[in-house]
Amino acid sequence: MSVLTYLIPISLILGGAGLLFFVYTVKSDQYDDPEGNARRILNGDYDDHPKP
Amino acid sequence: MTTALRRPPASACPACLAAPAAEALAEQEELKEAKIALSVPSVHCGACISAVESALAEHPGVHSARVNLTLRRASVEADHDVMPQELIGVLNRIGYEAHELDAGTLSATATDKAGRELLMRLAVAGFASMNVMLLSVAVWSGAVDATRDLFHWISAAIALPTIVFSGQPFFRNAWSALKNKRLNMDVPIVLAIALAVVTSLWETSLSGEHAYFDAALTLTFFLLAGRYLDHRTRAIARSAAEELAALEVPRAFLLRDGEEKQVPVSELAVGDLIMVRPGGRMPVDGEIVEGTSEIDRSLLTGETVPVFAEAGQKVSAGEVNLTGPLTIRASAVGKDTSLHRMADLVAIAESGRSRYTSLADKAAKLYAPGVHILSALSFVGWYLYSWDMRTALNIAAAVLIITCPCALGLAVPAVTTAASGRLFRRGMLIKHSTALERLAQVDMVVFDKTGTLTAGTPELTNMGDHATRDLEIALALAQGSAHPLSVSLTNAVQAAGVKPARIEGLTEVPGYGTEGTWQGRRVRLGRGAWVGAPARAQTTAWLSVEGEEPQPFSFADRLRDGAEEAVKALLDSGKDVILMSGDATGAVEELADRLGIRQWVAEALPADKAARVAALREQGKSVLMVGDGLNDTAALTEAHVSISPASALDAARVASDIVLLGGDLSPIADAVTTARSATRRIRENFRIATIYNVIAVPIAVIGLATPLVAALAMSASSITVSLNALRLR
Repeated sequence: MSVLTYLIPISLILGGAGLLFFVYTVKSDQYDDPEGNARRILNGDYDDHPKP
Repeated sequence: MTTALRRPPASACPACLAAPAAEALAEQEELKEAKIALSVPSVHCGACISAVESALAEHPGVHSARVNLTLRRASVEADHDVMPQELIGVLNRIGYEAHELDAGTLSATATDKAGRELLMRLAVAGFASMNVMLLSVAVWSGAVDATRDLFHWISAAIALPTIVFSGQPFFRNAWSALKNKRLNMDVPIVLAIALAVVTSLWETSLSGEHAYFDAALTLTFFLLAGRYLDHRTRAIARSAAEELAALEVPRAFLLRDGEEKQVPVSELAVGDLIMVRPGGRMPVDGEIVEGTSEIDRSLLTGETVPVFAEAGQKVSAGEVNLTGPLTIRASAVGKDTSLHRMADLVAIAESGRSRYTSLADKAAKLYAPGVHILSALSFVGWYLYSWDMRTALNIAAAVLIITCPCALGLAVPAVTTAASGRLFRRGMLIKHSTALERLAQVDMVVFDKTGTLTAGTPELTNMGDHATRDLEIALALAQGSAHPLSVSLTNAVQAAGVKPARIEGLTEVPGYGTEGTWQGRRVRLGRGAWVGAPARAQTTAWLSVEGEEPQPFSFADRLRDGAEEAVKALLDSGKDVILMSGDATGAVEELADRLGIRQWVAEALPADKAARVAALREQGKSVLMVGDGLNDTAALTEAHVSISPASALDAARVASDIVLLGGDLSPIADAVTTARSATRRIRENFRIATIYNVIAVPIAVIGLATPLVAALAMSASSITVSLNALRLR
């Protein structure tokens, strides 16, 4: 069972990375306009060139 | 930008160059950006977003524009000299209605912060509970000895900091309830979490078999989910309510040293001279110093007939000036105006409102003591039976966890979120958290007349009684004035295909009417007293042709859209409908007949309305009050539940529980139905939670509840309750 000494830290670190990523999305206002973001992704305006 | 054009002159000394450049830079910082918030209610699709954003971005001076589709708002960052009116013009040209929002009134950031904090706690609890659940699955599937202990210790290491961080809202609420010597839903929650953690730690330190870390965390996670739903519903309602308030950017024209200056209403002081143009609303209480006009007092008193106004007469804040410009001297400003004095009446009524206890509180009142007693009894019972502290404490913790109001915590927020979302889409804003439950109990509806059932715009009623010649003269005279009656008369007569007569020397006499000369005879259109006609109860404009009897043009208020449907639907569903107005008897009776309302009250003073509503309440009726004016404010607060249209005075909107966002009244009857089914759903959810407790509690009390059983039961009941809430259609 010594494999646990690696596996448990690894799983916690991966989970923690997910949590930190979520914290980043909250901090960068990504939940302010869920409805608008759902539509924006289907918008073809910047398909050929990035937003200036 | 001006700074870009101002190049520093070429110079030999570099420091001289740097100084003005730094100055320019500082100036640029200052002027750099102004944030403008616009409400764009008609944005609804992906294409609208790009249309609005690109139109705004093309406007000179605009740096960036972003549409928030959820809030139907556009926020623009632009140069300081870009005026909101220009941007509103830009949007109107591409077919979107837009309004300026007062950035000061919108405190979106503050509400947002609380929501984010909750979301963060929810995320941490979710992360921790999933990890601990995985470790627990290993334990349940047969890990023993050192492995089990290791997994328990890791779970403890994850669970403890998480509960300290994520459980804070519960700890805070429970503490404030206990401080007031009351019990709420949070007290058993906190007790269950604390006891679960303590016994689990104890068990783990003794290499015991059962640890409840996963249960404590799942509980926190589910309950936080309920809290977050609740918060979101309220935040949406609050931001929409703030938006309504922010739409009225209050400005007044101050006369100082003979100059006219536009200032915010909050800067006015007693004794200031203020200019109120035709169509403008009185910003303060005061006395007319100069000018004659007519004043519309319908928002304050419910009267539809405009009142004549001349120098020396008192006016109150909220009245609308109709024909001539008036100069008034302020006698009371801000909080001292009659608008605000109405607050006393409202405060008295408010004390009655707090008597309502929500379904959740009622459930908590029964539930919280029951849980504590049950858990204490099983502790005492097991201790007396086995004389083993550890077993007894373990069982007590299991009972608390099993009975913990996971489902109850989700039962109400899930349903109210679904119902408020549904009503919001139909144009109703639920402001108060228990408004839906109270709306469901309504058996009597009281309507205000002016501004609520009627749109507040007059409509000509007796065009057929007049000769074409009179209509031609009246049309010509009416075209010379912006008075609401004249505008309505012009529209009606023109629609009938009548051409205006030729009139010379057309002049408007503010406060009286318009006059001119027709074929050498003096003709007048205006107030009865001015043309020498008798007084009438109805709103009437008189046409007099020199040498002939004056002819009356009578007006009735136009019904608001959906008023008939709303009243009919309410009557059909067996509710009593009463019309209560401050207007004259004739006008009220006519409207009551038109809508089929059998009970009506006319000439009611504000205090009368509140007293009548209170009396009805005393008779055991649950009254829904629908009103818009200042005279309704006290009654709105006194009623069991209240609705006001978005066009209502700010004070009335604040006093009411629900705001109708559109001009249409028809959603009211619908809202009552939705509220009923929502309340039914809430009760159903309570019943599901109870049934589940009835099954699970005996298992816990006899000591058969392992952490696995607790986790299964808890998740199953929470999911059932949430799914049941989503069934609301």
